[in-house]
Amino acid sequence: MTPSTDRKRFTVPIGPQHPALKEPGHFAFDVDGEIVQSASVRLGYAHRGIEKATESRTWVQNLYLLERICGICSHIHATAYCLGVEKLAEVEVPPRAQAIRSLVAELERIHSHLLWLGVAAHEAGFDTLFMYSWRDRETVMDILEALTGNRVHYSANVLGGVKYDVDDKQAATIREGLDFLEERTLHYLEVVTTDGLFLQRTRGIGVMNRDEAEQSGVIGPTGRASGVHRDVRIDSPYTAYAEHPILPVYESTGDLLARFIVRLREQLASFEYIRMLLDHLPNSPLTTRMPRRVKEGEAISRVEAPRGELFYFIKSNGGDMPERIHVRTPTLCNIASVAQLVIGQHLADVPMILVGIDPCFSCNDRTSVISQDGQRDLWTWDRLRQYGINHYGTHYSKDIHR
Amino acid sequence: MTNGASPHKETNLWQSVLDRLKLWSRKHSPWLIHFNSGSCNGCDIEILATLTPRYDAERFGVQLHGSPRHADILICTGPVTRQARERLLRTYEQMPNPKYVIAVGACAITGGTFAGCYNVIGHIDEVIPVDVYVPGCPPRPEAIIDALVILLQKMSTNGPKIEEAVS
Repeated sequence: MTPSTDRKRFTVPIGPQHPALKEPGHFAFDVDGEIVQSASVRLGYAHRGIEKATESRTWVQNLYLLERICGICSHIHATAYCLGVEKLAEVEVPPRAQAIRSLVAELERIHSHLLWLGVAAHEAGFDTLFMYSWRDRETVMDILEALTGNRVHYSANVLGGVKYDVDDKQAATIREGLDFLEERTLHYLEVVTTDGLFLQRTRGIGVMNRDEAEQSGVIGPTGRASGVHRDVRIDSPYTAYAEHPILPVYESTGDLLARFIVRLREQLASFEYIRMLLDHLPNSPLTTRMPRRVKEGEAISRVEAPRGELFYFIKSNGGDMPERIHVRTPTLCNIASVAQLVIGQHLADVPMILVGIDPCFSCNDRTSVISQDGQRDLWTWDRLRQYGINHYGTHYSKDIHR
Repeated sequence: MTNGASPHKETNLWQSVLDRLKLWSRKHSPWLIHFNSGSCNGCDIEILATLTPRYDAERFGVQLHGSPRHADILICTGPVTRQARERLLRTYEQMPNPKYVIAVGACAITGGTFAGCYNVIGHIDEVIPVDVYVPGCPPRPEAIIDALVILLQKMSTNGPKIEEAVS
């Protein structure tokens, strides 16, 4: 990119295609030597216009569309949507269905946190941990596949209940898998808290104290690592969390290490919770009858996604399609904190800090307002692209065309 | 040397040996670059899962790489959004020839569930040429490995493919 004319300051652009990012997002970091002075975020590369699209699909079709907002936390999106629509339609979901929703949600949290652990370790250059945690993640993927028949978009929810039941044989498989995962999670907890090299990359890096966290409005594990006591599963219980509360996990130091510990301990809490749910699965039908048209009105639903609070607003005009659906995802609340956290940090720590909030751009990029700042780049896209083509064309064309 | 092959013919022989050597090395270490042009992340994590120990695509010499300048195969996921289109094109153009493209997932093939969204301008092969398609929402890692194997076979039967930059 174009170097800045100011000799001390240099802008390092990261993304949208960058090895440190698995998803497209653009960040510009102004650095003075190695130290980041300011940062700006540009989002929207994965913006598809899902909210608008929901208005031209039926209630049932939307379930599958909204599930595909995110491939990591797909079940929780569908759950939030179902809870809202069921509230509007005044439908009571059978208790067994509620319990299975919670069960799949906790399995999903385990898979998401293991995935995150791997990616975060990868950003720190600790690829061994990345490979191990992804190997172990396959265990929970197997469980999810055995339960619902799919590895990623489980489609466990339907409006008015769930599709899949858990029988004794499956429950035994789940317990077996959980025992293995629990052992591994305890091991990872030991690794991230004792490995000297890894601690140098996490302890005291990207510290956000409780006040800062409250101010920038971070939620989910990122907030809980800074001592913000906010968890929708506890504050406003839904599905089976009202009857069977889950153990909250909080840390207070607010650095990267705390974010690792919170997520790993949350996994341990999830293991306990799933075992408890399997012991207390209520007996009831799985679904209840759902009307095709949903009564006129507005509803909100809040759930705790692996990354934090997920919020749905649903408005119906009494037809077979929604009038408006708005989704606010946890990454939107957390991403602003990155721009503050990186200031004063080493450039090398930036990917770790970014990954520390567990950003999910595909969730986030449905709605974003971009302030256009076209003046900063002296080179237009077309010019830059043409330059690349010409440069590589003339230098390597002989070699290529042989 | 005196009454043997002309210098021209000699170059051709040398050239064909070099080509075969290049093809051999390319087939044994195809480096990947991954670009998400608006996917839901489902395919992206399955691609990563493909590279991690359970499925371990690295045994084919495949390695995920950060820079398009080093990559042989562009592995695309998702429908193409308005903002990501330029980036997808640019990433493709930055790759050295010959370049191959794998489109992973239903969205990358047809737009999938996002077809018709206002910010989705289409699927991958409306923007760049695609060699192998992997259907599924998302495809299982086995399917992605299969696509890689198909592409490796394609490389050897069709010989090196030369794509001009699309712009």
